[in-house]
Amino acid sequence: MKFLSQLISGISLGSIYSLIALGYTMVYGIAKMLNFAHGDVIMIGAFVIYTACVTADLPPVIGVLIAIVFCTVLGMTIERFAYKPLRQAASLAVLITAIGVSYFLQNMALLIFGSDTKQFSSVVSVKPLRLAGGNLIISGETIVTIIVSVIIMVCLYLFVNKSKPGKAMLAVSEDKGAAQLMGINVNAMIALTFAIGSGLAAVAGALLCSAYPALSPYTGAMPGIKAFVAAVFGGIGSIPGAMIGGILLGVIENLSKGYISSQLSDAIVFAVLIIVLLVKPTGIMGKKLNEKV
Amino acid sequence: MALLEVKNLGITFGGLHAVDDFNLTLEKGALYGLIGPNGAGKTTVFNLLTGVYKPTTGTFFLDGKELKGKKPAEINKAGIARTFQNIRLFKNLSVTDNVKVGLHNNMKYSAFEGVFRLPRYFKTEKSMNKKALELLSVFELDSDAETLASNLPYGKQRKLEIARAIATDPKLLLLDEPAAGMNPNETKELMDTIKFVRDKFELTVLVIEHDMSLVSGICEEITVLNFGTELAKGKTETVLQNPEVIKAYLGK
Amino acid sequence: MEKNSNSPLVKKSSSIRPATKKNLITYAVVVAFFVLFQTLSATGNLKNAYKALLVPICIYVIMAVSLNLVVGVLGELSLGHAGFMCIGAYCGSFFSVLTKDIITVTWLRFTLAFVVAAVAAAIAGILIGIPVLRLKGDYLAIVTLAFGEIIKTVVNAIYIGKDSKGFHMAMSTAGLGMEPDGQVILNGPQGISGTPRNSTFVIGFILVMITLFIVTNLMDSRTGRAIMSIRDNRIAAESVGIDVTKYKLMVFTVSAAIAGCAGVLYSHNLATLTANTNNFGYNMSIMILVYVVLGGLGNIRGSIIAAALLYSLPELLRGVRDYRMLIYSLILIIMMIVNNGSFFVALREKLKFRLKNKKGAAAESKEAV
Repeated sequence: MKFLSQLISGISLGSIYSLIALGYTMVYGIAKMLNFAHGDVIMIGAFVIYTACVTADLPPVIGVLIAIVFCTVLGMTIERFAYKPLRQAASLAVLITAIGVSYFLQNMALLIFGSDTKQFSSVVSVKPLRLAGGNLIISGETIVTIIVSVIIMVCLYLFVNKSKPGKAMLAVSEDKGAAQLMGINVNAMIALTFAIGSGLAAVAGALLCSAYPALSPYTGAMPGIKAFVAAVFGGIGSIPGAMIGGILLGVIENLSKGYISSQLSDAIVFAVLIIVLLVKPTGIMGKKLNEKV
Repeated sequence: MALLEVKNLGITFGGLHAVDDFNLTLEKGALYGLIGPNGAGKTTVFNLLTGVYKPTTGTFFLDGKELKGKKPAEINKAGIARTFQNIRLFKNLSVTDNVKVGLHNNMKYSAFEGVFRLPRYFKTEKSMNKKALELLSVFELDSDAETLASNLPYGKQRKLEIARAIATDPKLLLLDEPAAGMNPNETKELMDTIKFVRDKFELTVLVIEHDMSLVSGICEEITVLNFGTELAKGKTETVLQNPEVIKAYLGK
Repeated sequence: MEKNSNSPLVKKSSSIRPATKKNLITYAVVVAFFVLFQTLSATGNLKNAYKALLVPICIYVIMAVSLNLVVGVLGELSLGHAGFMCIGAYCGSFFSVLTKDIITVTWLRFTLAFVVAAVAAAIAGILIGIPVLRLKGDYLAIVTLAFGEIIKTVVNAIYIGKDSKGFHMAMSTAGLGMEPDGQVILNGPQGISGTPRNSTFVIGFILVMITLFIVTNLMDSRTGRAIMSIRDNRIAAESVGIDVTKYKLMVFTVSAAIAGCAGVLYSHNLATLTANTNNFGYNMSIMILVYVVLGGLGNIRGSIIAAALLYSLPELLRGVRDYRMLIYSLILIIMMIVNNGSFFVALREKLKFRLKNKKGAAAESKEAV
């Protein structure tokens, strides 16, 4: 029973990582950049919900919707002002800019909300599920997280593979130049990617803070890094890879917390990552790249 | 004994025979041409001979020593140097330093001697500089010695690549389209330089080229590749008259 | 990591004579900085808050220069440099606490602590160097980040003590099972306390000079050329017989050993050494990377100036208190866009072109006269 409950909460945590990892991986695929500020967009999303639901006392659903809109706009704004001018620059320059944006968002939140940890009230009001005669309790947050993540992933998968803008996004990530020649508006596609990724980050923020209710300006940093690891784990640039990588990461983290050591769980997660990359240098679903000589 | 002996060399990429059953024997001092239409597998042959790709079938020997399966750096140390079709210079290093990287394995001192500036550092650096300048002057690059490699004009970049390859003191030099992008005058000059270095440094040269004036001007013998297989082989004039070869080039 | 040769981030390096001159200027800058601040602080003209910055500045200068060896000279992105500093800090402190009563000659003990730390960090450098040989670009970056986080997590989870029966290692204080005479040296998240505070500005300065000596001389040698050739074009480097494996490992080892020494300087500047996200986590690694990139990849003097300036900047901005990190992050973003944005790059090219024309015209008119 303990194993099952650890596994289920691992899948739940992993689903949140997946949602965040999707943002990393889509942006990487299309703009070839590591958006280090992505984790902080989650934090901003959670603060928007906190403000809407706790300070302004709005219903949770409205709060989440406001956060999604806010983060989508925020993501597009960041892209427009910080990353777009650097489209032609070396990737390291873009990385440092992303780090700058990350610092900026954290310190903005610090100025507005202060450094003390806020008690986030869950946006989920589903009752916990009792199974096996009360031996296995699955919290409402876990249920909602898993359901919401599955729905989002299915929608995203259909959007990317079946819809016209989705296919255009894939085309841009394959070959920007060729896509442009085919009449695809590359800039619009990149903006769209940032919008989707940031919208997902807001959802991830809501779910994350419902499950782990402590909210501070640094809340987004560690889950962000872990989701980034998950994206690499699955093969960065690959959408199914991010989903699998995120869930695997969450499960490994929870199981090592439950069975090995809660202090060392992060170290174990990272060690598994290193081993996976040593065996498969481009991640689980990553494409092998061969340099042409 | 022949300098280079290639036997049934072949490689497949996902079922496609990029090069199939390639055979070649080069005597010391030969100047041999490898021609064929685009995509015929010429550069793949170079990549096989320099260890960038591992052959699926066959093997090859340099001076009787089997080099199949060796790493690129080991193959270079064994005596095969090359240039690249798409120029690969050390862009942020000076022209001299590019050649000095080529001298790396011939003039040595340890990292420790380098950091602590022991006598061997100064002695070796001095002879390295001398040797590098000597090589550069063969290619008329000595006036650009301090220029960054990326700031050189295209033709000079090709020459610098050859100089860097020769600096490794090879027995066999592989040139991949050395005249690409050069005008007829430059090509003429390059032909003389290739012959000159072949004699001066006692090299054997295998060259891939599309420019027929260069091929017929300097290559004694050639092999024609088409779709990864050998189409014709022999004396340059005879092969270029071969109707099969003309067909492969003109498409009919 | 894709290398863009036109990028202004990649500074040129040239052959011996200009290189020597460049290095001499770098040494001069460091010495001048040292003399100025040493005098100011000796004559009591430096506020204590600023005095406290001097040793950390040396630490981050050393970190930036050694990271530049990996990122700028070898061309591999590393996000785990603080991990090596962490190993050095802990090993150095551990050694010093252990031998505090045995070796009473301070300079000898401190020197030995540096040696121990450098060796330990170098071994870690070799360990991380092995995956480096298989991975590229962003994958390598994430592995180095993971490595740094593992080190930070592990030092927080282990306890080491010593008693009359020898050393004990465990995952908790109770697990140590020590004799009553025992002493817990590494106390899990509480870290190591009681390290002698031997770090001074003078020692920091000496260490900076040694680092400079090693890194600049290494760059300007046969070995350095081999390393830079791998950065510029790995396939071509292999084609001229450069052993890529050997040099990559060498760079990671040397760079890690130097970072380990910076760690010793760090831990001997504190009463209690603990590992958290801000001193040894990826945050620190990234901060150092920022210094390296802003100073210019492969540009050692740039790393020194950027590290010293950017480290002190938030402190100097203390006047504006709450806004200082916000300002800092904005400066960072704006600097990156102005340095690398296509609009500004084009603008610079245009200005350069115009300036060149003007000069040309001036020269011509001179000739005419």
